[in-house]
Amino acid sequence: MAEDLINSFLSGPDENGRFGKFGGRFVSETLMPLILDLEAEFEKAKTDQSFWDEMDYLWKHYVGRPSPLYFAERLTERLGGARVYFKRDELNHTGAHKINNVLGQIILARRMGKSRIIAETGAGQHGVATATVCAKFGLKCIVYMGAHDVRRQAPNVFRMRLLGAEVIPVTSGRGTLKDAMNDALRDWVTNVRDTFYCIGTVAGPHPYPAMVRDFQSIIGKEAKQQMAEAEGRLPDTVIAAIGGGSNAMGLFYPFLDDKSVRVIGVEAGGKGVDDRMEHCASLTGGRPGVLHGNRTYLLQDDDGQILEGFSISAGLDYPGIGPEHSWLHETGRAEYVSITDVEALEAFQLCCETEGIIPALEPSHALAHVMKIAPCLPADHIICMNMCGRGDKDVQTVAKHLGFDMSDTEGRDAG
Amino acid sequence: MTRIDAKFAALNAAGKKAFLAYVMAGDPDYATSMEIVKGLPGAGVDIIELGIPFTDPMADGPTIQLAGQRALAAGQTLQKTLDMATEFRKHDNGTPIVMMGYYNPIYSRGVDKFVTDAKAAGIDGLIIVDLPPEEDEELCIPAQRAGLNFIRLATPTTDDARLPKVLTNTSGFVYYVSITGITGAADAEAGDVGPEVARIKAAIDLPVVVGFGIKTPERSETIARVADGAVVGSAIVARIGAGDSVTDVLEFVKSLADGAHRA
Repeated sequence: MAEDLINSFLSGPDENGRFGKFGGRFVSETLMPLILDLEAEFEKAKTDQSFWDEMDYLWKHYVGRPSPLYFAERLTERLGGARVYFKRDELNHTGAHKINNVLGQIILARRMGKSRIIAETGAGQHGVATATVCAKFGLKCIVYMGAHDVRRQAPNVFRMRLLGAEVIPVTSGRGTLKDAMNDALRDWVTNVRDTFYCIGTVAGPHPYPAMVRDFQSIIGKEAKQQMAEAEGRLPDTVIAAIGGGSNAMGLFYPFLDDKSVRVIGVEAGGKGVDDRMEHCASLTGGRPGVLHGNRTYLLQDDDGQILEGFSISAGLDYPGIGPEHSWLHETGRAEYVSITDVEALEAFQLCCETEGIIPALEPSHALAHVMKIAPCLPADHIICMNMCGRGDKDVQTVAKHLGFDMSDTEGRDAG
Repeated sequence: MTRIDAKFAALNAAGKKAFLAYVMAGDPDYATSMEIVKGLPGAGVDIIELGIPFTDPMADGPTIQLAGQRALAAGQTLQKTLDMATEFRKHDNGTPIVMMGYYNPIYSRGVDKFVTDAKAAGIDGLIIVDLPPEEDEELCIPAQRAGLNFIRLATPTTDDARLPKVLTNTSGFVYYVSITGITGAADAEAGDVGPEVARIKAAIDLPVVVGFGIKTPERSETIARVADGAVVGSAIVARIGAGDSVTDVLEFVKSLADGAHRA
């Protein structure tokens, strides 16, 4: 197996931004000088103590890091097998892991003298995080969001506007996350001098996948140390949900060279991974292609046209996946599975009932897989799952699927 | 000598500038698009740029995005776009055809198969927007080996330090993108363009054509005056999108070509 031939999984990407054959810099010439500048600035920052001092200060005092590692005792009892821990990134300021990365990119933007920040968003979590940090630093913020997502994530749209961001509904294509990313790239190609593109996941042209991973790796670094304190050893399994894959890369990366740790990524299976293609499982249901600046697994038809994903979770609704995940998939270092909308909804409810935590629909996918595997594992097996976002934003969606009428002030079941 | 080299040599001998027209293959449907493409040389087009429809054209403005969507909705595929070239070549063996688009449909077909098929269909060159010189091993090198020109875009952000890298594996001609932005956006100013064209010509012995932001016969003329040719895409595609007849579209193309040829 290829896995045995690789000394370390921490050395990628290479100088061309490749993880194996994945990644790269597939952008128009206009953008090429910009991403080379960004790469140079990021390389400088990586070894600059003052950069990390600023990050550490803001992570602690603005975001609220470190996020706790929490033993989910009643859930563990209910499942009757492995011990389940949550890495609680849903407790971060703005309610998800997204802000870990946004802080890093905005500090870089400030160092580069950029005054205008653009971002794409699906569920709105990355948009809210970007709008938040821009408000804090007094930067102009423009967020591209698919018109379809603007409708289904109205509370986050309002949050972004309160934070002073301009939200531009994207009607090109079919108006979801991939179209928002297209329009953000079109903005960047037009406003090359003053604009910084703050990408929300471990995708896009090099150096974004590596840079976003490095900023999100704080999740896994903390989890490793906290697990040592709680259990005196490494976890046996780390598990996280994947849309583009930034929360998963953040948790996985510090564990990749610990061969005893099983690494599982959970994709959104929508209505089921089959030839109807009503899912967002790029690795389990797609094949390699080139989109948004990188080569990676994509949902596409026989002619290389990109397909729309489908998921109950707007945050997982993306037809691609970060290139490093594609590489971890092909080398066999990580395994990737999918969870359907129905399974995620069950996990969502179980988490509310047993732990008093309302999870976002994204980590509900990871939890649904935990529910599948934990009962079959021994009591000394430790699972660490990334609770990457809280579910306040999803309450309306879940109510609709469970047949609860939120407009009824008596709060009666609609059925 | 490729058809592209021969075309520029002939124009040069006649003291004329080139006019290049872009249309999206299969827009609004295969038959209409075929009729338009066949009519382009008669309307004065020196080189045809045949757009490859793609779902996610991230360097294009709304006009060309919509053209791609119309073509895909009408069933256009990469094979059908190659078929259009084959059909065109039955009647015209002189007018160069350059395919322009994004990498994924080509990557999906398989690079080796694509370059062989494209050459056999009578394609002369490729402009692939999302393949900068950093990714030359992907398609640029295999295409040149198969006898296709690989035409590079140079832009206002391509500075002197970077220009040689951009020009290294380019052939046929250089396409100068006159604005930072997407297709069909702001007007190109001839004053800005002239020195940029001169800068590129000082670095390489290839014709330099200018595109993005040319919408009228007058602009076609003023831009062609400071370059080796002018490219118009969105303005033509917008007429097709508005449902103009083939005759009307070709008449408009002729006015643009006449503009460039007056230069």
